[in-house]
Amino acid sequence: MATTIQIDVVSAEESIFSGEAEFVVAPAIMGEVGIYPRHTPMLTTIKPGALRIKLAAGEEQLIFVSGGILEVQPGLVTVLADTAIRGNDLDEAKALEVKRLAEETLKSNSSEVNYALAQSELVEAIAQLQAIAKLRKTTH
Amino acid sequence: MAGSKEIRTKIKSVENTRKITKAMEMVAASKMRKAQDRMRAARPYAEKIRNVAAHMSFAEPEYKHPFLIKRDTVKSVGVIVVTSDKGLCGGLNTNALRVAVNQMQAWEAENLSVQVCAIGNKGLGFMGRINADVKSQLIGLGDAPHMEKLIGPVKVMLDAYVAGEIDQLYVVYNKFINAMKQETKLEQLLPLSGENLGAPKGHWDYIYEPEAQVVIDDLMVRYVESVIYQAVAENMASEQSARMVAMKAASDNAKTVIGELKLVYNKARQAAITKEISEIVGGAAAVSG
Repeated sequence: MATTIQIDVVSAEESIFSGEAEFVVAPAIMGEVGIYPRHTPMLTTIKPGALRIKLAAGEEQLIFVSGGILEVQPGLVTVLADTAIRGNDLDEAKALEVKRLAEETLKSNSSEVNYALAQSELVEAIAQLQAIAKLRKTTH
Repeated sequence: MAGSKEIRTKIKSVENTRKITKAMEMVAASKMRKAQDRMRAARPYAEKIRNVAAHMSFAEPEYKHPFLIKRDTVKSVGVIVVTSDKGLCGGLNTNALRVAVNQMQAWEAENLSVQVCAIGNKGLGFMGRINADVKSQLIGLGDAPHMEKLIGPVKVMLDAYVAGEIDQLYVVYNKFINAMKQETKLEQLLPLSGENLGAPKGHWDYIYEPEAQVVIDDLMVRYVESVIYQAVAENMASEQSARMVAMKAASDNAKTVIGELKLVYNKARQAAITKEISEIVGGAAAVSG
């Protein structure tokens, strides 16, 4: 019988922790859950809080997560940690902000678009200048 | 010595340009290494979340997420175009935009309406110029992509998909192969197909807490976000490597130009000296003769 459980804590931007543990406590959305080896498969969301991992060596490791998803398999615990504080309202606000930006850009010929246009004109002008310079060189 | 001053100034200016391109090359090389590390750091998460999503799509719980359901009629398509914020990186953005525009034209020929999410300044400017229907945008990502910034623009497209405004979602980006090679990719994100996820090892269903729907919703959104995050990270690594190569070529070209100009300059200088000597000799001969 396995007395330890493999635990991986990963976020989208980096791998945070990986190792063998005897016991894991995670802040699940419905309350804290404690996981021993050979736990039944479970999938739950977790809320911001501390993840407590009791390592095989007896030490304890605390990892703060700002939410995410916890997957449990009999010999494996995976914490898919978020890198940002999430919430429906927060996400919604972000989406609205982005939408507003996009509409603004389309409506008013905003600076970004003008900048891109100006740059392409500049490239063209430089090409013309180079062509002229080349012509001069050959005629001299 | 006619024209020698002009040539000297020209050499000076090309030398200055070369200094700049050389510096940009070195900066890009160091940034590329970091971008590659970030790209690799994002892989474990993408791998894990894909496994979980694969398990779930095969486990067949009572609830089927909209992302997994294939729609019979496709009327409208969404595309996320990932480009860089800055230029001077060779044909990188041109390639991505060409792929995007060709595909958009093909869709329009089939009477599909196209909605665009532009990530990166270059793509946004271009999409604005061709009057594409830009639904969301993200610019000024900096050197490191952050999930936090991606959530908003991605959510706009995902919401449009769930609301039925778009029936398919694609992403266009440059995949990093190695420092010399990038490949422009057009990939379908939604609906998710089983083949994309890969088959799971083993078969079981989970206990869902609080309930299947909530967990699966959260998981699916995060899965798509992680795919897009990966695409942005790959694109950034590609950008730096393309810039490094482009700047190396520019530095080499500048070196050749400097060589040519120096040759012209020395010829002019030598001609002037020869002329002067022959004048002196001629003058001396006239005096003594």
